[in-house]
Amino acid sequence: MGIWSCLGTDIDTVSRSLRDGKSGIGVRPERIGYGYRSALSGIVPEAVVTKQMVRDRHVRAGMPEEAQYAYMASAQALSQAGMDPAYMAENEVGCIFGNDSSAKPVIEAAKLMDEKHDSALLGYGTVFQAMNSTVTMNISTIFGLRGINFTVSAACASGSHSIGLAWMMIRDGLQDAVLCGGAQETNYYSVISFDALSAFSVRMDAPERASRPFDRDRDGLVPSGGAAALMLEDYDHAVARGATILAEISGYGFSSNGGGMSQPSDKGSLVAMSRALQMAGVGVDDVDYVNAHATSTPQGDACEARALGQLFGKSRALISSTKGMTGHEMWMAGASEVVYSILMMHGGFVAPNVNFENPDEYSAGLNIAREAVETRVDRVLSNSFGFGGTNAALVINKI
Amino acid sequence: MQRTDIEEKVKNFLLDELEVDEENIRDDARLYDDMGIDSLDLVEIVVIVDREFGFKINPEEMKNVSTLRQFCDYIEANTTK
Repeated sequence: MGIWSCLGTDIDTVSRSLRDGKSGIGVRPERIGYGYRSALSGIVPEAVVTKQMVRDRHVRAGMPEEAQYAYMASAQALSQAGMDPAYMAENEVGCIFGNDSSAKPVIEAAKLMDEKHDSALLGYGTVFQAMNSTVTMNISTIFGLRGINFTVSAACASGSHSIGLAWMMIRDGLQDAVLCGGAQETNYYSVISFDALSAFSVRMDAPERASRPFDRDRDGLVPSGGAAALMLEDYDHAVARGATILAEISGYGFSSNGGGMSQPSDKGSLVAMSRALQMAGVGVDDVDYVNAHATSTPQGDACEARALGQLFGKSRALISSTKGMTGHEMWMAGASEVVYSILMMHGGFVAPNVNFENPDEYSAGLNIAREAVETRVDRVLSNSFGFGGTNAALVINKI
Repeated sequence: MQRTDIEEKVKNFLLDELEVDEENIRDDARLYDDMGIDSLDLVEIVVIVDREFGFKINPEEMKNVSTLRQFCDYIEANTTK
């Protein structure tokens, strides 16, 4: 697996950040001048894709920010998986990523057209950069992936659904291996429409305390991004080629709320979580840790807390939302949070739900980890819920 | 604009933006055969020339341009009007 996030740009750094409860959130002051209400953001390092990494300049010209992030994460994942170009030439590997926007190339092209009124002055890279499927277009092309090839757009559940779909492809024998994950642009064009909803925290005087999942005094989410990549592979296939197996995806649950574009639903979340557990053939008492979706919004966290209370209220599972540290990684989140969960499984700890200082009426009864907890983690349930009522839950376990 | 300025600007964007090897940048080098420029690059060259020299390349006229010298001649003809 691979990761490019505000917690770090390699697996070891990210693992340490999770354990230390280190925040990757800061302020991007230029956003205020642009017209944002909140300048808070996950601070994600720029992903500079050089000629040494991707030889073909035409390909690099078609890579927007989120494809650059995805490249970095994918390169790590493929390296760890032991899949080099020679392997790809001989073996069919698929590519499914979650991504639901490519704002910057579209806006820049529109501005140029307004000024020049001549498409000949756009250049050839724009068309590849501007499509949602730019991530899988680029990753498949760069790494020579010749199996299933598409991008999943499901708002904040995109990354999770991409893993679920890759899992189904493999389970049904259609693919031996699929590179999956999620990517999220972080430029200031990309989330201005969320700022328009007043969805963001305005705690700009204390950025590291702004993202407060489940906390009584939460005032909104913090946008963030980057990319996460995982190589999902059929178990026997992985064993046969001597791959290093990190974890197993054993359940994928989904649902749709059937109403409410931006309102979450505890019923919908319950269905997705229950289905994931059912598919994995386990019960709530078999779960050691729930990586909650909780984004630090007043309504969203309350709904999820209600659902978690109903399902896990009497069980021993620890709960935390890593979004307290990362902010809301949006299209990437479902995938990055699986990476974070796997790091916890390997490290024997549950990452803290930072800034959880006072519960509200819904989160009061939940077993939320305020600090990092050193404990064995064998099985995780990871939630992701998105606009339009799309819900996804994944069960991940040690193998 | 002086011819030397034109040649320098062209050399710079060939090196930096089109990643042509420096040893292939010669007056008599052919754009397509020697410098590895292709049709996608030509799309980009239209953008770059508009930015650097303030005029829009006519693709029909570019059909008569083979070498770097001819390319600089073409730019010179369109910038000294």
